[in-house]
Amino acid sequence: MDIFLQQIINGLVQGSIYALVALGYTMVYGIMGLINFAHGEVVMIGTLVSITVTSTLAAAGVPLGLAGLGGLIAAMLVCMALGWSLERIAYRPLRGSPRLTPLITAIGMSIVLQNLAMIIWGRNYLTFPPLLPKVNFEFAGAHFTLVQVAIVLLSAAMMGGLVFLVYRTKLGMAMRATAQNPAVASLLGVNTNRVIAAAFVVGSALAAVAGVMVGSYYEIAHYQMGFMLGLKAFTAAVLGGIGNLAGAMAGGVLLGIIEALGAGYIGDFTGGFLGSHYQDIFAFVVLIIVLMFKPSGLFGEKTGDRA
Amino acid sequence: MSDVLLAANAVAKHFGGVKALRDVSLSIRRGEIYGLIGPNGAGKTTFFNCMTGLYIPDGGGFVFDGQPLKADAPHQAAERGIARTFQNIRLFGNMTALENVMVGRHVRTAAGVVGAMLQSKATRAEEAAIRQKAMELLHYVRIEDRADDLAKNLSYGDQRRLEIARALATEPKLLCLDEPAAGMNATETGELRALIEGIRQDGTTVLLIEHDVKLVMGLCDRVAVLDYGALVIEDVPAVVQKDQRVIEAYLGA
Repeated sequence: MDIFLQQIINGLVQGSIYALVALGYTMVYGIMGLINFAHGEVVMIGTLVSITVTSTLAAAGVPLGLAGLGGLIAAMLVCMALGWSLERIAYRPLRGSPRLTPLITAIGMSIVLQNLAMIIWGRNYLTFPPLLPKVNFEFAGAHFTLVQVAIVLLSAAMMGGLVFLVYRTKLGMAMRATAQNPAVASLLGVNTNRVIAAAFVVGSALAAVAGVMVGSYYEIAHYQMGFMLGLKAFTAAVLGGIGNLAGAMAGGVLLGIIEALGAGYIGDFTGGFLGSHYQDIFAFVVLIIVLMFKPSGLFGEKTGDRA
Repeated sequence: MSDVLLAANAVAKHFGGVKALRDVSLSIRRGEIYGLIGPNGAGKTTFFNCMTGLYIPDGGGFVFDGQPLKADAPHQAAERGIARTFQNIRLFGNMTALENVMVGRHVRTAAGVVGAMLQSKATRAEEAAIRQKAMELLHYVRIEDRADDLAKNLSYGDQRRLEIARALATEPKLLCLDEPAAGMNATETGELRALIEGIRQDGTTVLLIEHDVKLVMGLCDRVAVLDYGALVIEDVPAVVQKDQRVIEAYLGA
């Protein structure tokens, strides 16, 4: 039973990160029907920027907690600018072109960003400075750390903020209106270009936070780290029903837990033939099952006109 | 300030070989209810779409309130003061009636993306004002008791009213109604008529596309007739009704 609870906790932590990244996919898809495959790379840039800024500040004598906060803010600003630029440079010129075109562009941007990061930060693994003291907690035989608690709480706060933004503010209303009918929204005076840009900027801010979380959780970062994370978060978004905010959150957490349980028990199930490093297969088995049996996802509505 | 609010100058629109609009010129005066009628496929909705920037005209253009209207800029048409409803109702179905109207306030309010994220005091005050104004508009079209219902769950007549409230939320100088009476019974049409007259009374010019000839002739100050994309006549209802070409267009003689 210990391992079960332990894996639920681990899955919840990982799942919170997936959820934050999945929200970025789902917001952009909901508004313009595009899968922004470069989104995982935005997370990676967030992690690497925060490493650089945090280490530089720490080396200059700033206390580590404050340096970490500086790194987080810097990562958010850089990622927001990056998200805005991606939309402006790569996607807006392709508005109205066949659906496959921006998708290919997204994959292209993903490659560009990876290589850019490799040139700036090098090919080696970078260590992420430990931002929080290593405090351990124990609950019913399961262990967890302060970092894990912080990740879950901060993601919950970010998601709460996003829900507030989308359902309680003027911008959010414009986003939902644009998602439902861009032509009518623009006739009512909504500048849909700005709304779409805002979706990219907000999604990228969440990605930056997720990036800092991934960094401080695994304490390691690399220019290719965004690829797999992006695919997993995309899977989470599809699992929840892409285009649906609640779906992305639930899908993220659920995927994290499925993966953690899978990793925890795969050894037992296969008599030790497969180890926990095969955990990645669970995410993609989930993706395949969802696409086969319920392509609209757990919370998704029928998207006949979008699919 | 000129007497003419909207002037169309030789507006042309082709779809492939089909000439949907053939050099249509007409002018709508401030404060009038102007009717645009014609048989199915005459080009009425195409005219609307060109005017509101959904289509780019192939020739000619519009002058609105003394300034040319920019083609291909729907949100600027709204800013300049043109609002419209749709023949086939196009509400934001998954948003509440109140939210639908609030979206329409967008163009008349200032707070931008940054304000929304930081939730400054000014932004919050503005959002409260938007909500207030939207409620008033729902009251104006008499569906305030449906404010918190999703638009898709409203009755057909109420959806038509909601579309009008949403268009009015942009504080238009010119309100364009695309077949607002379609599918309405006699009572509803009567209520709609009173609503449109009230809107004009409150100072908004109304452009009405309608199939219901009786409604148009009874309500409008002037009427234009389109047939096969060309303007047949533009005059007061009494003259239009007796015009031989109009009778032919409608009877297909």
